[in-house]
Amino acid sequence: MTKDWGRKDLLGLEGLEADEIESLLDAAAAFKDSPPKPLLAGRTAAFLFSEPSTRTRSSFEMAARRLGAEVLSFSAAGSSLAKGETLLDTALNLQAIGVTHFILRYDRSGVLEDLAPRLKACVVNAGDGWHEHPTQALLDVMTLRERWGSLKGKRVVILGDIRHSRVARSNLFALKTLGASVVFCGPTPLVPREFAALGARIEHDVEKALRGANAVNVLRLQLERMEQGFVPSLADYAAAYQLTPERLALLKPDGLVLHPGPINRGVEISSEVADGPRSVILDQVANGVLIRMAVLALCEQERARG
Amino acid sequence: MAERLLVAGGLVIDPRRKLEAVRDVLIENGKIKDAAAGLAKKAGLKGTPTLDAKGLWVIPGLVDMHVHLREPGREGDETIATGTAAAAAGGVTTVLAMANTEPVTDSPSQLAFLRAKAARDAQVNVLFAAAVTAGQRGERLTEFARLKAAGAAALSDDGRPVMSAGLMRRALEYAKDLGLLVIDHCEDLTLSAGACVHEGAPALRKGLKGAPGAAETVQVLRDVALAELTGGRVHLAHLSAAASVEAVRRAKRRGVPVSAEACPHHFALTDGMIPDLDANWKMNPPLRGGEDRAALREGLADGTIDAIATDHAPHGCGAKAQGLDLAPFGVIGLETSLAVALTELVRGKVLSRRALVERMSSAPAALLGLKGKGTLAPGADADLVLVDPGASWTPAPPFRSKSRNTPFAGRPLKGRAVKTLVAGRVVHAL
Repeated sequence: MTKDWGRKDLLGLEGLEADEIESLLDAAAAFKDSPPKPLLAGRTAAFLFSEPSTRTRSSFEMAARRLGAEVLSFSAAGSSLAKGETLLDTALNLQAIGVTHFILRYDRSGVLEDLAPRLKACVVNAGDGWHEHPTQALLDVMTLRERWGSLKGKRVVILGDIRHSRVARSNLFALKTLGASVVFCGPTPLVPREFAALGARIEHDVEKALRGANAVNVLRLQLERMEQGFVPSLADYAAAYQLTPERLALLKPDGLVLHPGPINRGVEISSEVADGPRSVILDQVANGVLIRMAVLALCEQERARG
Repeated sequence: MAERLLVAGGLVIDPRRKLEAVRDVLIENGKIKDAAAGLAKKAGLKGTPTLDAKGLWVIPGLVDMHVHLREPGREGDETIATGTAAAAAGGVTTVLAMANTEPVTDSPSQLAFLRAKAARDAQVNVLFAAAVTAGQRGERLTEFARLKAAGAAALSDDGRPVMSAGLMRRALEYAKDLGLLVIDHCEDLTLSAGACVHEGAPALRKGLKGAPGAAETVQVLRDVALAELTGGRVHLAHLSAAASVEAVRRAKRRGVPVSAEACPHHFALTDGMIPDLDANWKMNPPLRGGEDRAALREGLADGTIDAIATDHAPHGCGAKAQGLDLAPFGVIGLETSLAVALTELVRGKVLSRRALVERMSSAPAALLGLKGKGTLAPGADADLVLVDPGASWTPAPPFRSKSRNTPFAGRPLKGRAVKTLVAGRVVHAL
């Protein structure tokens, strides 16, 4: 834990400098190589989740416990949030009880920016609406960096429902900052051309997008997108955009396959590809715990400084 | 041994090559091999079977991007076999069949069935449109990617509009990614509900409920806005109202990806001409006023309207014999479209003969992305028509079509397809 990070919160990756992102990645890598120290002994982490989550929450909980923190069991449904108390009042009460780290998942975008400066405790974004999911993007980037050493000059395709994806946005910011180029691919209703203004290349033809790319990050297609009319059916989406072995072959020979999960096998990705030798999906999950340890530990440094 | 045919001495009109000259056309194995002067006299071609086209026009086969073949579901009114026989008789060598069959053509398996049926029964090339929404109910999109893979040539809910702007937006976006053309039947159903004719003086006199031109125009304007938003191309079927033409003209000037078609009955007839409640003059959109007809002709002349299409819509005599109010909408048109266009537009000095061929063949072929159609350039499909521009005739039943619901029956016309060839094979000869 050599580098000083200087932030008590991690709300998003947009606007972070390359060396800030690298501090987090380096810290996570260091956790991989050595047994963790009890950097959060005597601290208490609380979860405020207004959306269901299995893997992100388990991963954060594992990270907090490995660093020696207490974990307060809490979920927004059935709590005071459901009784009409504001999120800020809930957080202030929990902070008064002794919570030092809030891990928040919220179904609306941009709530945390308002909350975090009003709290002494750390606020870590575990996904807000369609906006950002910084720890997911960090673990994606960490997984790629482990394989490549550096992301400079690499091309990463993010395939699927970009419009509704906080994973895509956070990945875009991190990848661009670290020197990679990003292609957003999917049907126009899910990948509007206005995304180009954020610095991604927009491509609606999956073959064109994948040809010669270094990696593809496949996003889950949620069933409700069909009900909302963004795509006609899951089968039609699969026909046009599913990552199949034939399409995978268009990547560079050592091209990697990522997926933030949960996977819809046979919809956005075929089982053969998901379970194949190019898939680093389970590496991503393992790296997730390390990234979250790094985030909690670095934010704690700044919080402790007051 | 190559199968050859010479079409000798005709006036070849090929808008795509800006060609209008006497040429001999050599067909080999279903394709145009060459079109040049004096080919018939070449030593190597002596003894080649020859069609004498002296005094006739030789034009690329007409492409009608709006027909209803009624198969499956209403084979009593028309079939692929009879509808394409009617097409051949009218000089139409490629048709786009609309999806409002029974059941609606909205799945890959139905397309596969129809294409197999057409391969067996059709006398001309048949392309199939698939529905934009499942069952044409306007609720959710069909599977565009799978329909394209199954051979859909375009997407349309024709017969009904796509009323939801939100759904139409997604349709244009999704279709654009796949390179499929969306064809919209513009009609705001809240403005046209219950109407059987145009809302004009003739309707008022007869006490009939009419639909105003605005029922079409409001949706034309909506589609223009959505095409501009999405960058997805929309083709507007059977334009009928003057304000619609003006809306398309302005949109094109701004570079919006929109195209349009007009039907012979709309540019030839008006609501004031409907003989006493004759249901053979009832179609949707309805015959409108003289200003609307004039605007359609102007739109055809200046290129605002890209294509001429028939909206060939067969209905049996029984259905049409219920009076104007109760009879179904629709008139047949494949056997008369060329003659009506020649009579009204070329003789009427609205279009040059070359521009007419462009609107009826080259332009619709280009809109549908058909390679090798709409031209007689070497390498193109040998789909062509020999036209006698001076032939006087009067359409009268029986027709090649199974139905006879046309306002042009008994109306003298000038100009006619005397021979029609599809892939070098004669499918119609007078």
